[in-house]
Formats: sequence, C-alpha cells, structure tokens
Amino acid sequence: MIPNSTAAGSLDLLRTMLTIRKAEERLAGDFKAGLLPGPVHLYIGQEAVATGVCAQLDDCDWITSTHRGHGHFLAKGGDPKAMFAEIYGRSTGICGGFGGSMHVADVSKGILGANGIVGGGIALAAGAALAAQLDGEGRVGVCFFGDGAAAQGVLGEALNIAALWKLPLILVCENNGFSEFSPSSSVIAGDIFRRAEPFGIQSVRIDGNDIEAVAEAARVAVEQARNGGGCTLIEALTYRIHGHVEGENAFLKTRYREDEEVDLWRLKDPVSRYARLLEKRGDIAAGKLSELEESIGKMINDAADAVADDPYPDSASLDRHELGAA
Amino acid sequence: MTRKRLIHAINDALVEEMERDERVILIGEDVGASIFGDTRGLLARFGPDRVRDMPISEALMSGMAVGASAAGYRVVCHLMYANFIYTAFDAIANQAARLRLMTNGQIRLPVVFMAAGGGGRSNAGQHSDYPHMPVASLGGVYVATPSCSADAKGLLKTAIRTDDPVFFLQPTSRGGEMGDIPDGEHIVPLVSAKVLRSGDDVTIVAVGAMVRVAARAAQALAEDGISVEIVDPRTSYPLDQDTIIGSVRKTGRLVIVDEARSAGSIANQVAALVAEKAFSSLKAPIVPVTTRDLAIAYAPPLEKAMIPDADRVVDAVRMTIREIAP
Repeated sequence: MIPNSTAAGSLDLLRTMLTIRKAEERLAGDFKAGLLPGPVHLYIGQEAVATGVCAQLDDCDWITSTHRGHGHFLAKGGDPKAMFAEIYGRSTGICGGFGGSMHVADVSKGILGANGIVGGGIALAAGAALAAQLDGEGRVGVCFFGDGAAAQGVLGEALNIAALWKLPLILVCENNGFSEFSPSSSVIAGDIFRRAEPFGIQSVRIDGNDIEAVAEAARVAVEQARNGGGCTLIEALTYRIHGHVEGENAFLKTRYREDEEVDLWRLKDPVSRYARLLEKRGDIAAGKLSELEESIGKMINDAADAVADDPYPDSASLDRHELGAA
Repeated sequence: MTRKRLIHAINDALVEEMERDERVILIGEDVGASIFGDTRGLLARFGPDRVRDMPISEALMSGMAVGASAAGYRVVCHLMYANFIYTAFDAIANQAARLRLMTNGQIRLPVVFMAAGGGGRSNAGQHSDYPHMPVASLGGVYVATPSCSADAKGLLKTAIRTDDPVFFLQPTSRGGEMGDIPDGEHIVPLVSAKVLRSGDDVTIVAVGAMVRVAARAAQALAEDGISVEIVDPRTSYPLDQDTIIGSVRKTGRLVIVDEARSAGSIANQVAALVAEKAFSSLKAPIVPVTTRDLAIAYAPPLEKAMIPDADRVVDAVRMTIREIAP
C-alpha cells in the first residue's frame, strides 16, 4: 500500500488531542475507582507529540510506542472502544485482553504495539523501516520513545544503522522530564537530539507542547524519509503531568518533584494552548470549544461505558497462542 | 542421497528457501564473510537488499529482525556464536516470544534466530555455550537443535517457513561433519524426535553434538551386549514427548546427554517428563550426563573434562544397568 499523507486540519489536531486527553482522564478515574486490573501510565500533557506526528502518517506507515502508549494508539487511528476494552482486560479488546494497557496494538493501523520495555520499540521500528525500505513504496517507520530510553544503548545502535542504510525511520523522543521516578537531569547526560549528530543524522529539538511545531517537524522528517533521505531524530520537549504510573503515591515514600513544577507546566498545557490559539485565529467560534470538548468527552465516556462490562476472555482462549496451535 | 557437510546443508537450506520465497531476507554478523561457511555465497547470489551484513549490535539486529518480520518479511537473523543471544535477549525474550500472545495473534513473527553453539574448539567461556534451554524457557520460541546434515537442512527449511520465532542452534564443532541428505525437497517438521538407533535395554536422549557422542557410546556398549536406543529430540522446545516416553516405556532406563550446563540442561525437563508420564516403566534411576555448572574452560584438557564424552555416557548407561543387578 502506498502511503498518502493528507495534512490534517487544525480542528482535526485539536479533536485528536482532546480525544486523548478525555480518554486518559477517564482512565485516571477508572484507576482511582479500582476498575483497572493492572497499571496504567497516562499521557496527559504530552498529547501534542503523538497527534502532530501521527497526523503526517497513513495507516500503512508503522509506529512503535511505549508503556505510555494510549496517545499514540488513538492518534494513529486506533479505536477508543477497542482500547478501553483492552485496558479493562475484556475479550472485545483490541488484543483480546491478552496485552492490556502497555501493549495496545492494531496492526491494521500500522500500530506495532506499545512496549513495556523502555527502548524496546527502537529496534523494532528500525526493522519495520527496513521492511518499508525493501517494499520501496515510500512507507516509514516511526518510533516514539521517552527520554528514559535515551539511556538505552540500542538508541546508538539504531542511529548507526539508520545512517548507514538511510532507513526511512523517524525517531521521536518525547522528553517529558522523567525516567520513571527520576528526573532525567539526574540520569541522562547531554542533549538527546545531539546524539544524532555524530552519525550525520539530522535532528531537531522542538517545543513538544506546540502542536504546530511538532506537526511541521514531523512533516519535514516524514517527507524526507519517504523520498529516500533517511532518518531524523526529533526531540520534543514536553512534560508528564501525571506520575510515571497511576497510584504511585501509594508506594513512593518520597516525592521526586515539586507541585509547583507541575503547576507551572499545567500553564503550558498543549491542548488548551492550541484551543486558545484556534479561538484567537477564529478557526473555532467562541463558545464552540466547550461544545467540542463536551461532545468528545461524551464520545469517550460512551465508548468506555459500552465495553466496561464486556466478558473477560475465556481461559480456553489461551490455547490459541501455544506454539503449534494454528 | 548426497553426502554433505553440515555447514553446506545449512547453506543449501538458505539458498532453497530464498529462491522459493522472495520475502526471505538474511541479516547478521559477517553473513558476507561467513566465518562458519553457512552463509557463503548468499550475498553475491541474492544481493545486498536481501543479504545484509549487520554491525556488531546484537540488541539492534535481533530487534530489527522482529520489526521486519512484523512488517511482512521472513527474516533469518544470524547471530554468529550462540553466546551472543545473551546480548540479543531482549528482542528474543521480551519481544519475539511475547508479541503473538500480547497482540492476540495480530502479530505473527516468521523469524529465525540462528547461531552456532557448543564447545570442543577451545573457544573458551564466551563462545562455547549451548543455550537451548534459556530460549526454551520462554515458551514462545521453537528451539531446533540439529545434530547432522540432513536435520540441519530439513529443520532450517521448516524454521524459515514457520510463522512463529525459531531459534536454530547449530553445533559449532560439527559444521565440517559429512552426512547423507535425501535428494529433492527435504523437510523435517518441528517437534518430531528421531530414533537414531533402536535398542531394548537403555534409552539415551541426546541433543545436538551429543548425539554423535551417544552413538559412539552405544557402539561400545553393543560390543558388551547392551542394546541402546538413541532418541534425538531435534526440537528442544516444544518437546516431542510421545517419542521419548514411548522409548522409555520400552527400555525402562534413561540416560540424558546434553552439553548445556546441569542447572539449565534439557536433562531436567526430560527427567521430569518421564517421572511424570512413565514412572512405572522405570527400572533404574534416570542418569543425566551434562556439563558442570561452570564457564567452559579454554585449555583442551579442561574443556574435555567438562563436556560429556562417550566414556561418561558409557559409565552412565552401565550405572542404570547395575541398578537392577541383584
């Protein structure tokens, strides 16, 4: 399939960001209410990155994602209902309840899966980019990873091969400031985007909370990759408003960040920032924003409600994944 | 029948499968130079798109093999020495072995990780392991352990056609050994043990390079009137249980020969299986013949002292016979 990037309109970008925000807020509530069987890592505050990048991609382009992967899943066209069902562990989930929050995948949308191993998607995306290169149809592979993953050696290995083979690979580092429960300044040296420079790979650091900056950087990178120009590393500076994992205060004895810092970043929230911009530009009529927010919130809550009581997978369904079972 | 070295049988399998299916690609360390000879000539024959020398980046290449196979290719990933799977293990253990279940079968991975393992060449502590069982323990990866030219060819061809990951572990020290290969299309199914030699008194289950050791022992024992049956599982995971159990039910005695270390040997698995399923057939305790729980030593006499040889197997068999002496 030959990819076809049609530029998303500004309202589409806002809609996607709002969809991710509402889904994550719903999950935060579900977690508090004890409705989720496992851990969830929420993307609140980082919506512009997945949205801006995936807006440049077609279904047949590949992405790999992270443990904080709901945003990538939704931005790449994954179905919210199937995602909620998966996170609730239900048989109707996108992965039949076998994967859960950390492994949401929809291959029909080019989503090779969220990945519970930090940096685990980097080599997979490079492999998908190799496949895309062999196919010769202009497809690209995109890897979303965090600043924590910048400490994994495989990033250097991937940059090396991407440069050598001019792989159609876009490495998107979402620098949200934290490597799990440690401020990244304490565990990551240097500027992440500069890690590409010695390999001759072009790289750019952008404001990851500015959706238009993300979309533009991604547009340039994707166009280059599609046309045989090889790899780009994008470092998008953003911030993780929620913790590493929901409920973390129950087991953390000490704080690893100050409330004031979080409050400061709330002021730079990518979703409301873009909404304000669109209002100012007149792209969205005054008063229409709350309507839009409401309708997306309702769509998300309806999607979640619709599957919340779906059946759990039958234990006999485990058989189908034994080696040798067709 | 054609007589060929084991390494040439592997080469034939690769050539035939790459001819048969243009989606088969080979990536790996020095696949162009081919230190073992198994990939010799493939680069010239199939070109640099389908035969790619990788940097010495095992974490990357195993992950790329997963990514490219998820994106539609049949990937053979040559890791050179089997010890290097430890460096490659995230992609094998956390990705390849897991993605089928985690995505509810959306992702199937036709990927073969191939490597040469085992001792006997003074390759010392980091180039002599026979790590079939660490991979077997993952549950999502077939483990093929050819012991002769015909099985090497037939198992590799099957492995490449299989839609799930396969670890193909060839015996380093036996690459030059000649063996008969059936002419024409030669396929060996996975999970099909082979009875190499039929006997009545004792069953020897032997794996990889140890099959020839067992055959030598059986020859010596035959001269003393002890009739040995040799079973080569050919796939360490999943095990062809029926053939092993059937043999032990007939002989009532079991010796298991594996050059993996005792703590992680297939002897543990086979002994547990027989204890569970054929306990009442046993006339004597099961005797494992394995390598000591140490790194493989360099000096030839030390290495020889560690890895099972025919004398140790003969002693083990005699021990099972003595057990029933009055």
